[in-house]
Amino acid sequence: MKFAITVTLKKDVLDPQGKVVSQTLKNMGMNNLSQVRQGKFFEIDLKEKDSSKAHNQVKEMCEKLLVNQIIEDFKISKTE
Amino acid sequence: MKSSVIVFPGSNCDRDIAVALEKLQFKNSMIWHKENILPKSDLIVVPGGFSYGDYLRSGAIAAKSNILNEVIKAGERGSLILGICNGFQILIECGLLKGALLRNSGLKFISKNIFIKIQSNKNKFFNKYKKNEILELNIAHNEGNFFTDKKHLNELEDNDLIPIKYCDKEGNINPKTNPNGSLNNIAGIFNKNKNILGMMPHPERMADKTCSNEDGLPLFLSLMN
Repeated sequence: MKFAITVTLKKDVLDPQGKVVSQTLKNMGMNNLSQVRQGKFFEIDLKEKDSSKAHNQVKEMCEKLLVNQIIEDFKISKTE
Repeated sequence: MKSSVIVFPGSNCDRDIAVALEKLQFKNSMIWHKENILPKSDLIVVPGGFSYGDYLRSGAIAAKSNILNEVIKAGERGSLILGICNGFQILIECGLLKGALLRNSGLKFISKNIFIKIQSNKNKFFNKYKKNEILELNIAHNEGNFFTDKKHLNELEDNDLIPIKYCDKEGNINPKTNPNGSLNNIAGIFNKNKNILGMMPHPERMADKTCSNEDGLPLFLSLMN
């Protein structure tokens, strides 16, 4: 069972990398751009057939290691 | 006094801190991260460097190492713990200190001498300094931009838990004298009981006249006091 996890900085945390990317895209002529937020992406493959069990396990991975919940939010989606 | 310096793959300030401690007659042991036993120590140091290549987030992998379980237990029992630079990041990732260290606001790795001002000397780490004393120390980091929520910031401010702030040579604390975007120019914080200190500047690099000033030395003398 495969999961995709997207980690992004929380809304009120300054994202200087996203800001620089956004400015560069604007300099390239993409003027309708309002904001860019940069984040991380994990692909997790689990040897588990029970989908709710697997989801809970991935959530635990996020909470215990992959995500710093003080500054980051995460989204889990099942891909396979 | 007995001290233990924790060593991870990628630590690079472990020797510097050991030299500084031994100069002051600390009986120091170097403890590899895979160890499960921490010798009885008056002081535990989590040194600077790039543990595990800063993979995932700075300090995140080191925070899950075997020896950190023992460091956490010792910290909760009241042992003195000093985390410098990457050590500060590790103490935050393992939960002994609260908050987060974000990427520097200028997006650059900063390696230079800066000034900090002593905000509080009524603790085990800074009692040999005067209040408002200005020190010149070195910083060398990419993620030193301290951030936390309002509730924790108030807790830090109200309980005298911010012992050092970035300033200029004259002691001015403002956004212009903030090297990395750190909230309120914070350079280091304590836990609630003030037995655990995390700081981005390197006192161990300023502990010997032959290669620097000695502005970091009173920190180690304070610990012996």
